Amino acid sequence: MKATLDTPHTRAARAWPEATLLGLGLAALALLLGVAGLAAGSEGWSLAWLHGSQDEWSLVTAIRAPRTVGALLTGGLLGLAGAIAQGLFRNPLADPYLLGSAAGAGLGVVLVLAAGGVLGHYIGLATADWLLRVGLVGAAFVGAVVGVALTLMLARGTARPIVLLLAGVVVGIVLSSISELITLVSPEALRGKQIFMLGTTSFLGWSSCVVLGVVLVPAAALAWRYARALDALVLGEASAASLGLQLPRVRLLLVALMALATGTAVAQAGLVAFVGLVAPHIVRRLVVVTHGPLLLLSAAAGAVLLLAADVAARSVIAPQELPVGVLTAVLGGLYLLVLLRRRQLQA
Amino acid sequence: MTAPAAHAAGVSAPPAAGVSAPHAAGVSAPKAAGVSAPHPAGAPALQAEGLALKLGALRAVDGVSLALHAGQWVAIVGPNGAGKSTLLSLLAGLRKPDAGRVWLQGRDLATLPAPARARALSWLSQQGEAEGDIAAHDVVRLGRLPRHGLFGTPDAADEAAVAQALDETEATPFAARRLNELSGGERQRVLLARALAVQAPVLLLDEPTTHLDAPHQRALLRGLAARARNGAAVAAVLHDLTLALAADRVLVMDRGRIVADGSPADAALRAALVQVFEQAFSIEAVQLAGRARWAVVPHL
Repeated sequence: MKATLDTPHTRAARAWPEATLLGLGLAALALLLGVAGLAAGSEGWSLAWLHGSQDEWSLVTAIRAPRTVGALLTGGLLGLAGAIAQGLFRNPLADPYLLGSAAGAGLGVVLVLAAGGVLGHYIGLATADWLLRVGLVGAAFVGAVVGVALTLMLARGTARPIVLLLAGVVVGIVLSSISELITLVSPEALRGKQIFMLGTTSFLGWSSCVVLGVVLVPAAALAWRYARALDALVLGEASAASLGLQLPRVRLLLVALMALATGTAVAQAGLVAFVGLVAPHIVRRLVVVTHGPLLLLSAAAGAVLLLAADVAARSVIAPQELPVGVLTAVLGGLYLLVLLRRRQLQA
Repeated sequence: MTAPAAHAAGVSAPPAAGVSAPHAAGVSAPKAAGVSAPHPAGAPALQAEGLALKLGALRAVDGVSLALHAGQWVAIVGPNGAGKSTLLSLLAGLRKPDAGRVWLQGRDLATLPAPARARALSWLSQQGEAEGDIAAHDVVRLGRLPRHGLFGTPDAADEAAVAQALDETEATPFAARRLNELSGGERQRVLLARALAVQAPVLLLDEPTTHLDAPHQRALLRGLAARARNGAAVAAVLHDLTLALAADRVLVMDRGRIVADGSPADAALRAALVQVFEQAFSIEAVQLAGRARWAVVPHL
């Protein structure tokens, strides 16, 4: 019997219309719904286009639109990084924050906040505040990259994935401890660090969207190009090597992509938990695909997930807002619990 | 074939083909052993000389020399820890030996580019490592990766090779299912199909019959024999000694060395086999469909 072979690309293509419709629907909702008090000083829900005033229009274009686009792009980066991490470490529970990027970004933020507090005494609070706004994003990114670089150095490269994971855990613990120590000495950094650790899309502007987009598009394209190596890793390290792959080089490139995607997302929106872990899971449950489509669909799922969480975070206790990271942590944790329970029942 | 040139340059080159490997390497073997099975003339498809690898204090492979020829299928047997899988991974170029060399179609494996090696040699690992949610036929498609590389586009010939390999292992009915959802036997057939889809002239298989039921074991061995008849060099590590004794040639390993090498019809080889397995069985001759076969009868 000859097989009629379905390709992963055709299977993935069938999933796109639903995902796109869902994303567009959520984006429209995110633009329409919001706490008007953020920009116009009034309270309660607003349907900006129905009111049609100039203030309301500005609120949509200056605040809600970049926040919506930014949430989509941040979620996309986290979904992409999660799919890379899970393929690279051959572990469906691998998280893009595993290699020390989260703790590194946290330390970067704490260092800048503490330095801002000290500088405020000498250069005036307004100047210090401006420096902080610019510096936090950069520090978080540099911190994330330094965290991953330290992990790579400790593991002496990417040849042994288990050692790499353990090195990531060690670097995470050490950098987090240093952050704690600094917040003890400089308590004014604690509040800012808390906001960062909870994750929020509130500060995403058009400039953030440009940065996120500039990283997401080439990262996704490059990851797609190397996706067959992740497919080969399904067979195991030795079998993948037997297929003629230069595994050390490919692994290093994919780790760098993961660090770049995670670092950029964390720098713009703080530590948004579970999106990177859950997005590839959802895609794998819905379609049977290879890593090429999986990476792109995970980015799409991450985008939709984070936007949905953001809309919910703005709505649950309106007019107050929940930090979106808190919501993703709760929902993501529940999702994993259900998944674990289902697997136990199947076993 | 680069051997003569290599000799002239003083570079280590494959030894003369057709020499019984243990004798050539001076490996101590039982007196009666070392009678090589008849094999086709010409240069070996894969040749090793003085291979050695220590794992900690253990000499996992200890000075092994052998030659695998096109048109021949070889069973590698031996007790647990004899070094069979380690030898196979050294022959596949997946581990670096402490000493010794391997030549694949006359070319030094140590300097052969990985893609060229992957096109000429297909290796199947012991099951257990493969894990994932990708579809079975996407796993088999990985067998074509050496042909088109990471960035090439698979063509009709690739798809035909994949479909043929799935048919050969009777894995087509579940080709669309996820690897993780398959039973052990189904998964093994998919992984075998992946190895066959490479269509390499040299096949090295580590315990390919694991999890397979009797009909699929039979189908596999017939398939391997057919591949050999079509010009491939096939070597498989086997634990089922009755199946191994159906091969053209049997290599018996013990403590990192090849202690016997020959045709199953060779009484000395069979004696060596019984000896390394501590007389846990006897080997009886049986007539099956008018052909002589060897059956292993455990001493219970």
